Amino acid sequence: MKRKQIEQTIAFTIFRLLGIIVVGILFWILGFIIYQGIGVINWEFLTTSPTDGMTAGGIFPAIVGTLCLVAGSAVIAFPLGILSAIYTSEYAGNGKIVRFIRVMTNNLGAIPSIIFGLFGMALFVNTLGFGDSIIAGSLTLGLLTLPLVIRTTEEALKAIPDSFRTGSLALGASKWQTISRIILPMAFPNIITGLILSIGRISGETAPILFTVAAYFLPKLPNSIFDQVMALPYHLYVIVTSGTDLEATRPIAYGTALVLILIVLVMNLLASFLRKKLRVKDK
Amino acid sequence: MRKIFERIIETILTMSGAVTTIVILLIVIFLFKEGFGLFRSSDIEKGYSLCIHADNSAERLTPEQIKQIFDYEVENWEVLGGSDEEIVPFRFDEIFSRYSDEELGEDYEFMPDKLGEVIRETPGIIAFIPTQYLPANRMGVNVLPETTITPADFFGGKEWIPTATPAHQFGVLPLIMGTLWVSLFAILIALPLGLGVAVYLSELAGEKMRNLLKPAIELLAGIPSVVYGFFGLVVLVPLIQKGMNLPVGETGFAGSLVLAIMALPTIITVAEDAMQNTPRAMREASLALGANQWQTIYRVIIPYAASGISAAVVLGIGRAVGETMAVLMVTGNAAVIPHTLFEPVRTIPATIAAELGEAPAGGTHYQALFLLGCILFIITLIINISAEMISSKKQTV
Amino acid sequence: MIEAKDINFYYGDFHALKNISMKMDKHTVTAFIGPSGCGKSTFLRLFNRMNDLIDDTRLEGQCLIDGQNIYDKSVDVSALRKRVGMVFQKPNPFPQSIFENVAYGLRVDGVRDKQLIRNKVEESLQAAALWEEVKDKLKKSAFELSGGQQQRLCIARALAISPDIILMDEPASALDPISTSKIEDLIYNLKKDYTIVIVTHNMQQAARVSDKTGFFMLGNLVEYNDTKKIFLSPEMEETQNYITGRFG
Repeated sequence: MKRKQIEQTIAFTIFRLLGIIVVGILFWILGFIIYQGIGVINWEFLTTSPTDGMTAGGIFPAIVGTLCLVAGSAVIAFPLGILSAIYTSEYAGNGKIVRFIRVMTNNLGAIPSIIFGLFGMALFVNTLGFGDSIIAGSLTLGLLTLPLVIRTTEEALKAIPDSFRTGSLALGASKWQTISRIILPMAFPNIITGLILSIGRISGETAPILFTVAAYFLPKLPNSIFDQVMALPYHLYVIVTSGTDLEATRPIAYGTALVLILIVLVMNLLASFLRKKLRVKDK
Repeated sequence: MRKIFERIIETILTMSGAVTTIVILLIVIFLFKEGFGLFRSSDIEKGYSLCIHADNSAERLTPEQIKQIFDYEVENWEVLGGSDEEIVPFRFDEIFSRYSDEELGEDYEFMPDKLGEVIRETPGIIAFIPTQYLPANRMGVNVLPETTITPADFFGGKEWIPTATPAHQFGVLPLIMGTLWVSLFAILIALPLGLGVAVYLSELAGEKMRNLLKPAIELLAGIPSVVYGFFGLVVLVPLIQKGMNLPVGETGFAGSLVLAIMALPTIITVAEDAMQNTPRAMREASLALGANQWQTIYRVIIPYAASGISAAVVLGIGRAVGETMAVLMVTGNAAVIPHTLFEPVRTIPATIAAELGEAPAGGTHYQALFLLGCILFIITLIINISAEMISSKKQTV
Repeated sequence: MIEAKDINFYYGDFHALKNISMKMDKHTVTAFIGPSGCGKSTFLRLFNRMNDLIDDTRLEGQCLIDGQNIYDKSVDVSALRKRVGMVFQKPNPFPQSIFENVAYGLRVDGVRDKQLIRNKVEESLQAAALWEEVKDKLKKSAFELSGGQQQRLCIARALAISPDIILMDEPASALDPISTSKIEDLIYNLKKDYTIVIVTHNMQQAARVSDKTGFFMLGNLVEYNDTKKIFLSPEMEETQNYITGRFG
């Protein structure tokens, strides 16, 4: 009798401790990088190019490059992913084909990002001859994000009760009219939330852009989609591992890491803000 | 009119539905096309040939044997199936110490003859020379037939030295071992932690704590892997080096730690979902029978969520196996078969990331890296399919 | 022996039980009837403190079992629940073997004696009239049983911990007529050893199995009396209306 209470107390103490440890790790990582990086970030850091062999100056070209890549891959992944999700959740029924497509989407989502890097290099850079360029990098990143976009969009569509579909169809609307006028507007906030989260993911990916777009050092801004660019995550990797003067570049590295975390943080906050707003509207 | 419009829309949608399948197909085609090219590539450096004395009966040499010969690790032909004769490795540049520039001619026009002479004079020789300077007079010279890298060389090789001459060493074993060691150990660390936190979140934490922890874990999942790698490099690596008193801190263990932290969010989220899905009726039945909360958790909820939890573990392993940047930054990248986790190791994705930039497109090295990609692809595919099978398995005893 | 004194119960702001007082005697079957949402299940769940699991609830008044207030701070909830068994609306066996389901309560109580567990499992399955049907497949999953068998398994599971009182929350509502009649026979037989409180929306069932019946409506205990009395000559008009099917 007493024994099982004691066991419970011990077990729960352990679980609480584990909870604290994980929270501790999280705050350790965040706190460390914020503490080290906060002093580095200022307007000049964000708006100037690296100088002195990347031991001084800012990260402006890398920010611009990451923005280009996010925009480029969004252009590819968002429409394609949303259309694909509409097909699987609204048109394809529940047969073998959909199950097959879902398995494929899942598998695509499970492929490591470095393989996308290999694939992007073989197809876009070499076979199609784009060379290291924004377009090759965006295509690679876009395909990488596709499963995420599809999955979140599908969930958003599935959350819409069937009664709205039958209601609209019963009034004589066609399938596409029902989807475009009723279902999509209703699912819109949730779809957007998914897209925002995927932007956070795209901006931090390194392995896929290693061989498709990222430049080691390129202070000038891109002129066309066939130019190479610097990118934040690659820049961090480079200055951490192969800079000329590792000690001197450390502050820049902390600053860059903090910018990356801030991007993800802002995207997450934006997404949860949207989600909350949506919930209030439902009431 | 409206009908046609609907048809067009439907066609577009159907085509989009196929997009992920097409991408996978393309990935398979490009990966395997480049990767399997390796088995059609010569096993020694391009543009070079290996010659032995005509009396030498040695036949095909594996890349590993060639390397051992030129590293003076094998010194007698008998070991390699030839006659009892000391092996004399001969690299091309040695010719310049034997003959003066005049003797070789202005445009090295006498080079082939001189090389022929050297080979004829030395019964135990194995000469590594440019194919363009192969002796015209093949008397007494046996040019080893050009052989290609075999799957046995690749999958059985114990060394990965892509730049080794005369024969590149593309032994994938150390990389596979490195990948598996690092990932498995990462899961070993992350699993108890992650499960514990999942139990805490799902069963113990109050509303407030959940509202704080869930977004925090989501954020932890979203942080880019380079940032984890960076953190590992500047914080964990020095800590490990000092704490364990090691010559270098960049070790498999560092990789496992970073991967464990990265795998935590996946394991926590999936396992917590699985526990939350335990029907209320199950909990109530257990409590109504006099079980306390902890007994209910480990006797009813955890067994009920077991398949979901195992799926979480498998997915965690999958992510760990494929993780590139963080591992690349902290494991030290030594391509040797690891004996302990406290020495530098190298994983498959890290190898690809580190070397592809230096491998000329279409070359042997390039193909070898693509073949690594194929292996990684197959490993993650197997992991993913087993995760799906586990989580779709019906819940029975 | 079971006594509720001035019970008021709230889900947040919702006043779910209003001023209820009643007594239930040893070795009787008491049935609670009433329209859905009337509070009869909530009331039932007070007696093994299952409502503790729901957040944001509040209880006023006293629940006494053998004179002891079960909401007293000193009460060990696990021990209480061991004394007050419960069978739920839907059969809810654990994803384990038939044997392990019945043995569960003993195991969580710390019983290690294998022979004792085996005897108790057999005894409980006998008492729940399930032994003959499952004795050859005790190792099989409980999910392989039919719905009615699963419910009797859940009853056996509750019996195995030797409770004094068994609470049944619409135990036959998810079952077919044949299984239902088996459960009813079982309840009748269990009466001699246990005090049974059963919630049902099936009035014939209440009439068939119970000694006393309480009629609930909108959180009030409208009438509580001998079952015969309730069904033949109810005192209150609402009871009369409900029993004759004019509403509910």
